[in-house]
Amino acid sequence: MKLVIRNGRVICPASGHDAVADVAIEDGRIAAVGAALDAAGAEVIDASGLVVAPGFIDIHVHFREPGFEHAETIETGARAAAAGGFTTVCCMPNTNPVNDSATVTSYIIERARRHAVVNVFPIGAITNGSAGEELAAIGSMVRAGAVAISDDGRPVMNSLVMRRAMENASALGVPVIDHCEDLALTAGGDMHEGLDSVRWGLRGIPGCAEDIMVARDILLAEVTGARYHVAHSSTRNSVEMVAFAKSRGLRVTSEVTPHHLALHTGDMAAYDSNFKMKPPLRCAHDIEAAIGGVVSGAIDCIATDHAPHAGDDKMQEFEKCPFGITGLETALGVCLEVLVHSGRISLPRLVALLTSEPARVIGWRGDQARGALRPGFAGDVAIFDPAREWIYDVNQSQSKSKNSPFHGRKFHGGPVATIVGGQKIWVADGI
Amino acid sequence: MAKGLLGIETLERPEIEAILERARHFQPAPGQAFQKSDTLRGRMIVNLFYEASTRTRTSFEIAAKCLGADSVSITASGSSVSKGESLVDTLNTLAAMHPSAIVMRHAASGAPHFLARYLPTPIINAGDGTHEHPTQALLDARTILDRCGRLEGLKAAIIGDLAHSRVARSNIYLLAKFGVRIVLCGPPSLLPREMASMAPGVELEYDIRKAIAGADVIMMLRVQLERLHEKTMPAGEYFSFYGLRLEHLALAAPDVIVMHPGPINRGRELSSEVADSQRSMILNQVENGIAVRMAVLERVLQP
Repeated sequence: MKLVIRNGRVICPASGHDAVADVAIEDGRIAAVGAALDAAGAEVIDASGLVVAPGFIDIHVHFREPGFEHAETIETGARAAAAGGFTTVCCMPNTNPVNDSATVTSYIIERARRHAVVNVFPIGAITNGSAGEELAAIGSMVRAGAVAISDDGRPVMNSLVMRRAMENASALGVPVIDHCEDLALTAGGDMHEGLDSVRWGLRGIPGCAEDIMVARDILLAEVTGARYHVAHSSTRNSVEMVAFAKSRGLRVTSEVTPHHLALHTGDMAAYDSNFKMKPPLRCAHDIEAAIGGVVSGAIDCIATDHAPHAGDDKMQEFEKCPFGITGLETALGVCLEVLVHSGRISLPRLVALLTSEPARVIGWRGDQARGALRPGFAGDVAIFDPAREWIYDVNQSQSKSKNSPFHGRKFHGGPVATIVGGQKIWVADGI
Repeated sequence: MAKGLLGIETLERPEIEAILERARHFQPAPGQAFQKSDTLRGRMIVNLFYEASTRTRTSFEIAAKCLGADSVSITASGSSVSKGESLVDTLNTLAAMHPSAIVMRHAASGAPHFLARYLPTPIINAGDGTHEHPTQALLDARTILDRCGRLEGLKAAIIGDLAHSRVARSNIYLLAKFGVRIVLCGPPSLLPREMASMAPGVELEYDIRKAIAGADVIMMLRVQLERLHEKTMPAGEYFSFYGLRLEHLALAAPDVIVMHPGPINRGRELSSEVADSQRSMILNQVENGIAVRMAVLERVLQP
């Protein structure tokens, strides 16, 4: 079984490649990258005028299985990933039951093997039930295939528990990912604390609630030597503190979501829960700091925090609606707009933020190494058009849920085809 | 969006002026009852109250009756809401009965705005969470106009729990549109600094004496025990620092008026002497509530 992708602009940041070339995939793995490759007996995709990149990697998604299958399943989430150019995703553990044991980790891996069109890696919980008290069986989960640990959405407030988690993770070679939120400061909050929350009579989530936890975690990372990763960084202080930690030589990394790069509270439609997420949309100066962090390297990668919620859960009084928005299908379009078309970073740099950089944050090794178009690597490829005009229609989404703030938005550039293990698993309509 | 009244923030000054002028027409002569008419005969108004209310609900009911409309009132505790029905389902059910308008009070900020996006029925906001209470601001403006003859150039001090007050927000928007100098005063935890940027001419002050100095209008806000999620200040300190007492009035303009949206907590926000003094407009506010709501119902329901 052979596939040759002809004449695309092949961008592979990890190998420093950016030129028009062919990519050959054989038996599920990259066979060669070069000019005029032999295509005898191969299926050929003409990628003229398109970009051919390593399949995108999203290290922060919620696929809701097990427990919340009415909102998303591993199968539907994986299809949404494919439609966004993603070939590998990491699932946060806030399912029901929480992924706090090897049993749940193995269940997710098995469900993904059977039903997912992309590679799905579970992230294990830090504490049992993500309740923040007793450490979960981290070693067993890692042995079963978990690639990181996190209590995403229910952050560990107890600093000693967090310290112990970092020590254990460090020995196991996996990063600790923290959703940074001081729960006492954010209790009852619905949106960013500022003029808009005051105008709308909604309770605020102050930026300092994130900053305090980033600061704490960086100090603990210094004490433990752990690899520590800040999930969905949303404030100026958070970006600056990660830059400080890096300057001290600590193994600290961070991610930003496309929506935190593109939207601030002023873009919110009043009381529209498709703009309700944690951390909340913040201010224009926070966006500028996040983009600055992407440019400077303080922010290592893009992650969507794809958080599907069923329609009736989001069709309620704003304060009752759950936090989170979908993001896999719009990630590339948003990032092209705010980062590349705006001239802030190059196209190869954006590809790195979606491929080699998230791969480095997780640290896949050996035959699991990914995020590059190197011979022997998995044949995972994203083909995208960097300029094609299209409008996002959430009603056509592959996700089970339709909670996106980008419905109806016009983008310039988006995914065209997605290949996993040499198999074409998704092609855009009209291509 | 169907024509309704969701808030003051987005209302233009001429619209406010028209409502206030029309309300004056509905005010009864001294010692008289409200005049009845059949302007809205055959129209059906649903009063949907998810939060306890005496004066606002009664006031809307009387206003509707004075205009010849039929009205039914529903409270959350005695309806399918207590059986777990969602807000959207309840409103869809009511809308299917084809009322001419829904008057709605809800504990969640933005609840009527959220529904107005989906329902064809005009919605009149009778108070949403800590967001807006537009008819209260209109009746307060009518009361000030009755006594002061103007709004422009006045100084109004709004005192108390600003953070949780929908009355304050609607009044800030309205008074600022008419060039009133607004001083907000309360304990720092109940007076977000961002409020100074809500509208032009708004200042913050933490000392009640300075806030009242030279004020033409003093609006006291209720301490909203049901909305306080944490103890921001020992209860005993509140009255001693932010309660209005008779001696404070000497600091204000000679003809100062004292207003309160009710229900009042005597000895908490203001002393009994102030509440019962000649300066107190509390009962005038209640009377104007009916006149203003008649004007609002007429504006929303007349073809």
